[in-house]
Amino acid sequence: MKLELRGITKRFGSLVANDHIDLAIEPGEIHCILGENGAGKTTLMNMLYGLLPIDEGEILIDGVAQHFTSPRDAMRAGIGMVHQHFMLVPVFTVAENVILGHEQTTFAGHLNMAAARVRVKEIAAQFGFHIDPDARIEDLPVGVQQRVEIIKALALDARVLVFDEPTAVLTPQETDELMSIMRQLRDSGRAIVFITHKLREVREVADRITVVRLGKVVGSVSPGASDAEMASMMVGRAVELTVAKGPAKPGEAALVVEDLVLADRHHLPVLDHVSFTVRRGEILAVAGVQGNGQTELVETLFGMHRDATGTATIDGKNLLGIGSRAAIEAGVGFVPEDRQRDGLVGDFTVAENLMLNRSAGPPFVRHGGLQLRLLRRFADQKIREFDVRTPSASTRARQLSGGNQQKLVLARELSRDLRLLIAAQPTRGLDVGSIEFVHERIIAARDEGVPVVVVSTELDEVTALADRIAVMYRGAIVGIVPPDTPRDVLGLMMAGAPVDGPRQAA
Amino acid sequence: MSTEHSGTDTGRAEREGRDGTEDTRGREDTEGSRKDTDEAGGAGTETAPDATETVEAATETVEAAPPPPLEAHDLTAELPAAPEPRSARFVRELTNGSAAITVLAIIVALVIGAILIVVTDSATLDAVPYFFARPSATLKAIGAAVGGGYAALFRGGIYDYTQSSFTAAIEPLLHSLSFATPLIAAGIGIGIGFRAAIFNIGGQGQMLAGGALAGWIAYALPLPAALHIPIAVVAALVGGAVAAGIAGVIKATTGAHEVIVTIMLNYISFYLLGYLLTNVLKKPGSNNPISPPALPSAVFPGTTAGLNIGFAIVVALTIFASWLMNRSALGFHFRAVGENPDAARVAGISVKQVTVIVMIMSGAFVGFAGAYQVLGQTTTGFTNALDAGIGFNAITVALLGRNKPWGIFWAGILFGVFQAGGYTMQAAEGIDIDIILVVQSVIVLFIAAPPLVRAIFRMPEPGHHRSAKRAHRPAVKTGAAA
Repeated sequence: MKLELRGITKRFGSLVANDHIDLAIEPGEIHCILGENGAGKTTLMNMLYGLLPIDEGEILIDGVAQHFTSPRDAMRAGIGMVHQHFMLVPVFTVAENVILGHEQTTFAGHLNMAAARVRVKEIAAQFGFHIDPDARIEDLPVGVQQRVEIIKALALDARVLVFDEPTAVLTPQETDELMSIMRQLRDSGRAIVFITHKLREVREVADRITVVRLGKVVGSVSPGASDAEMASMMVGRAVELTVAKGPAKPGEAALVVEDLVLADRHHLPVLDHVSFTVRRGEILAVAGVQGNGQTELVETLFGMHRDATGTATIDGKNLLGIGSRAAIEAGVGFVPEDRQRDGLVGDFTVAENLMLNRSAGPPFVRHGGLQLRLLRRFADQKIREFDVRTPSASTRARQLSGGNQQKLVLARELSRDLRLLIAAQPTRGLDVGSIEFVHERIIAARDEGVPVVVVSTELDEVTALADRIAVMYRGAIVGIVPPDTPRDVLGLMMAGAPVDGPRQAA
Repeated sequence: MSTEHSGTDTGRAEREGRDGTEDTRGREDTEGSRKDTDEAGGAGTETAPDATETVEAATETVEAAPPPPLEAHDLTAELPAAPEPRSARFVRELTNGSAAITVLAIIVALVIGAILIVVTDSATLDAVPYFFARPSATLKAIGAAVGGGYAALFRGGIYDYTQSSFTAAIEPLLHSLSFATPLIAAGIGIGIGFRAAIFNIGGQGQMLAGGALAGWIAYALPLPAALHIPIAVVAALVGGAVAAGIAGVIKATTGAHEVIVTIMLNYISFYLLGYLLTNVLKKPGSNNPISPPALPSAVFPGTTAGLNIGFAIVVALTIFASWLMNRSALGFHFRAVGENPDAARVAGISVKQVTVIVMIMSGAFVGFAGAYQVLGQTTTGFTNALDAGIGFNAITVALLGRNKPWGIFWAGILFGVFQAGGYTMQAAEGIDIDIILVVQSVIVLFIAAPPLVRAIFRMPEPGHHRSAKRAHRPAVKTGAAA
């Protein structure tokens, strides 16, 4: 069965999530779709699986156009999906989950569980793994749960199997086992679509690689391509950004991070013995493909993640696990990665958002009351200073464009006395003009002597801002290099390859 | 766990897999509701800050202003804002819904009430068989039933025009205000919770706790009136605050959902008080589980029509609540947590701490309603039914009042009028008082489901007008009156 996607386009409002994507997936092949988070991979697959309506374009199976309005249609057409987050009922058994939605019944609607058990065993045996059909899902390890998902798809005779970031939750061993299952599935003549942003896995199993960036197919790579080639295709951006930036005049060490370790819920390491130092008047840019621990790193530096170990101090004061309130009081400015979720209260006015993290006392709060007149003056001043395009200070933040929302967050953070500025993905989703403004402001903060940590997945942004670049991979810092490090070297480091004696600029 | 996804950031959707998808699909609806505020985005420039102007008032000014010729580009460049969790969206719709919806909901409810009056009226039903022979008789009967019913509602709830003296004629209104008093207090309590996205369903239990404590002080502690009333009232506030605070602490420490916890606390308060009323709190010599009557020194002084100092206290409480929610740092925290707990947490606001404080404040307001019941309404001794259903009606009042203190104030008065007028409707016209309860419920039903009212009156979806941005969003559903 050959699957073809032609000119698939999906828009969310003014955002084009998928822009005329063409793909051909052949049987007996593992087809990797490589792209960063946010590149539109999952959107594409959700359309293929009937979860999202297609705006433009068509899906063809063996040359016949298909119209999927629900996953049921897709399944009937032979498309199976193993989701990033498993779609299993935790309190049901393996067999019950496998038949869920297409239960076979005997007389009077009695469930034919015996048949289901046999089917589960059959499929499992076929691929050489053992699964107890009567085990409850919640008792099984994550890797086995994923196999149940695979069995579920195979039980419906799926000819095309889509794996959406399947390794995100797996240990390395489980990942290796999954790879071998994928190969077996391919050898049985099925087509495999493997969505990922992890280069190592791609190189290991892919027969064909399509790179997606910002909703577009940017090209195909042969599995023999170098990591650097793939990484730069994945994250590279054509837009050249020029920010006027004088040389840094770094002062004494301000932020000192030593041996930071953090594990996630599954006890997988997300921060792996991270150490670095940022001096006054210096920007350290943390580069890396998304999901390599950057988010957790900045959150930890902002006093969250109480179970982190190691040390993180600003001017000698501890930051680790002190909570966001104490971090704010210690003078940490924080531009969160997801400004709409963590940075702003959408229904609050521009003015209210400007005092969001300053509601503990003067100047905006006196005797428990808000100083609205002062706030209003302050807001009007910041709106001018940061060029926030808003009808007034009493407009709700929700109504501003992304760029103006980000300016609002920056205005709030930079209007405090900062001892450290942390900016995570400060220009994500912004237009070029706003990007320039945000960059200028960050550099201005540096020039005032504030130590700055910028996290970005955009190499252009990293090279534009950084005085030094720290590259993260799988929770660890691969190396800290000067800003003039060639892109291909950075790309290689982002893929986890320790550069021959990384030029430590620490 | 956040189910909020950034529309601009499909990365989040990717990370969250299927959730992301569902939310993306749901977003089109969300956009409709979000758009109403977009209008304000186009509002004109504001004049210099006015000392007396609250932020809220300022916002309203903006919303009323015509959209200015703001560059279309500015808006179209905007990426879709983040969809929000369903519960948050629901609360926001309730809080920010337009006044027009409220008024229309009341009208629809009155029409439905009229239909119910007609179909339950025997005179009308008798006339129906002759409809084709003498349609005028049927219509006359319908008119008499509906007109008579609502006239009685007006006479009993607001102004009795059959009375000769003004004082006698206005008496129904005073009655209504006295019915409204506990509803307002409890409604504000519940509304404060809603603003912080906390669903306090424990009004009954908190009223029982507050009322019983006040009632006990009222009969057991002989004090001069100047002390007796304040002490009893403060005790009621404390009682309500503690009853609600328990739920707040449980939610903050264990994550248990406040709806379940407060409902269970209702049962606990109800049966515990029932038990206490059979022994320690029981009136000596009585066979019923009822407490001794309040001492005269603890009874709220007032008029014969039932209006007493309690109403003045409730006006003061409303003023306080309005300051609290709009002008105080605490209210700022409440609202921040209610609108976006993630951002609040990042801004250094302790969500858990706010949860507990919100519940305590909420319970204290509800506790006053309990005090009013035992010190102002039924002063002859309390039972474990002293809440008289107000704990639950307060939820409806809070919703009708859009969770804003002054909105709740007027909503409470409307319900007070319904209650007082309902009795007259029953007495004078023989219309079952349950009809009024149906009307009340229908009002809130419509307010809780604004699209329903919009559909009935063919109103456009909020924001479905003038905005230039609209043209660039072909995917968004078109409203009924597009």
